[in-house]
Amino acid sequence: MPAPVTEGARFQAASDQSLLVYFGDAISLDAHERVRRLLLSLDSRPVVGIRNLHPAYCSLLVDFDALRLSHGELEAILREYLERLDAVPLPSPRELEIPTCYGGEFGPDLDEVAALHGMTPDRVIELHASVTYLVYFLGFVPGFAYLGELPATLATPRLAAPRRSVPAGSVGIAGNQTGVYPFATPGGWRLIGRTPIAMFRPDRGDMSFLSIGDRVRFTPISAARFAELQNQ
Amino acid sequence: MSAIAGHTIQVQTPGLLTTVQDLGRDGLGPIGVSPSGAADPIALRLGNRLVANAESAAGLEMTLTGGTFVFPEGAIVALTGSDFGATLDGAAVEMWTSTEVRPGQARCLGATRSGARCYLCVRGGIEVTPFLDSASTHLLTGLGGFEGRALRKGDVLHIGPAASSFGKRSIAPQAAQHFSLRNVLRFTAGPQADWFSEASMRSFCESSFRVGEQSNRMGLRLEGAPVPPTSGRQMTTEGVSLGAIQVPPGGLPIILFIDQQTTGGYPKIGNVISADLHRVGQLRPRDEIRFERVTFEAARSLLVEQERALRSGELLAE
Repeated sequence: MPAPVTEGARFQAASDQSLLVYFGDAISLDAHERVRRLLLSLDSRPVVGIRNLHPAYCSLLVDFDALRLSHGELEAILREYLERLDAVPLPSPRELEIPTCYGGEFGPDLDEVAALHGMTPDRVIELHASVTYLVYFLGFVPGFAYLGELPATLATPRLAAPRRSVPAGSVGIAGNQTGVYPFATPGGWRLIGRTPIAMFRPDRGDMSFLSIGDRVRFTPISAARFAELQNQ
Repeated sequence: MSAIAGHTIQVQTPGLLTTVQDLGRDGLGPIGVSPSGAADPIALRLGNRLVANAESAAGLEMTLTGGTFVFPEGAIVALTGSDFGATLDGAAVEMWTSTEVRPGQARCLGATRSGARCYLCVRGGIEVTPFLDSASTHLLTGLGGFEGRALRKGDVLHIGPAASSFGKRSIAPQAAQHFSLRNVLRFTAGPQADWFSEASMRSFCESSFRVGEQSNRMGLRLEGAPVPPTSGRQMTTEGVSLGAIQVPPGGLPIILFIDQQTTGGYPKIGNVISADLHRVGQLRPRDEIRFERVTFEAARSLLVEQERALRSGELLAE
């Protein structure tokens, strides 16, 4: 019989105005679903005094107004939510595609990644595009989705020295994760391709192309198709 | 009582980095958007009160060096935060007080004489198209504020409508002292405080750090004696709170700030207390700072006390 959810939750003050709720300390599908359920229930029944929520792999950081709530009061409220967590239904996941042009100027690290693993660049592309990834959460910068997991044979360490600027749309890998840089930002992930899709569209209702819990596949496209999609 | 409307500010020189900021945007953590807003929110709030705006109205945040702004139709303005040696048509103007600028006059600001940021608040507030309910500029993504960017020469900003009747206001000098600069940042233990040896924690509290050149609204990089976390532990990326003090393996702390990344994978030794966050916004590259550990209860009392002081009826003199 599965343990009640509250047993697995741990509370930790992160600052004088934020509280971390941990569901274990490792990446797992179970922890991810608990994070999502708590996020969904706080979304549907908001708590006065909570200012912001930051979901991650196995934790939810809750920012609150310290003039209205204390850590203890918030923890007591969240415990009530946790008791009812198992009953929170998760919507069926959306399935999305990220068309990606691999290699060349779009994926300057593709050849090196291939060499590191003793395989051809084509095999790297094939492997990267062979898996359905889960959006564990969004964070770092607007619209950046932490996607897992890469096929084990593709797991690659970060660059020793991060790039000062990674072009928007770059598809990178790091450890057993992959992701798309929504904006030109500094970055240490190895770049294997680029998508013409805008990952963050502030003029749209759903600003982020990806949402927590989505299922995602990368589809290889040609440079010509990239240009076509970019101009749409 | 008539209303003023359609007034503008012309940017003659923008200064080093001048952006439109209000008190930021909450609630967008789930899609990775940090709050932004004024780096020294207390200065912005007080500036707005001096010109009889709502505390959350948008103003201009100048960084290290100010610009020159012309008010073709005139305005009521106040300068708060750090002293940038402001003049009005060549004559020195006081900080922390509301002053009238007559049509066509230019307010000119120079290099800072104290901290990192000076705020120009104008009666009616700066009017921009809000992005997600806030006027704040998020520079990294080019969102919010005035065209999502720092101001440039020739930009024309619109001032919001306001009632024309207005009485001059000042911050009582003894009250302003309460919020003056201190180079000690108080902190509470971070979620990974136990990842640091006693020696590292002691060193963190006893040594001083220098604010690095590569510091900005996203984060302040500190230089000094390294305080590395115990090696060999692998952290799972988690949400990071405003003012988190994260320590990469090299041991040099980084204070995450208002345009910060929303999640991170480095252990956090501490977190700057809410009541001291506005001080972080006034730190300049090469400033020396120290850290002082306080309990969560003390941090909360300090915040309550600060808010009480901010709301005190004796703060503003008319």
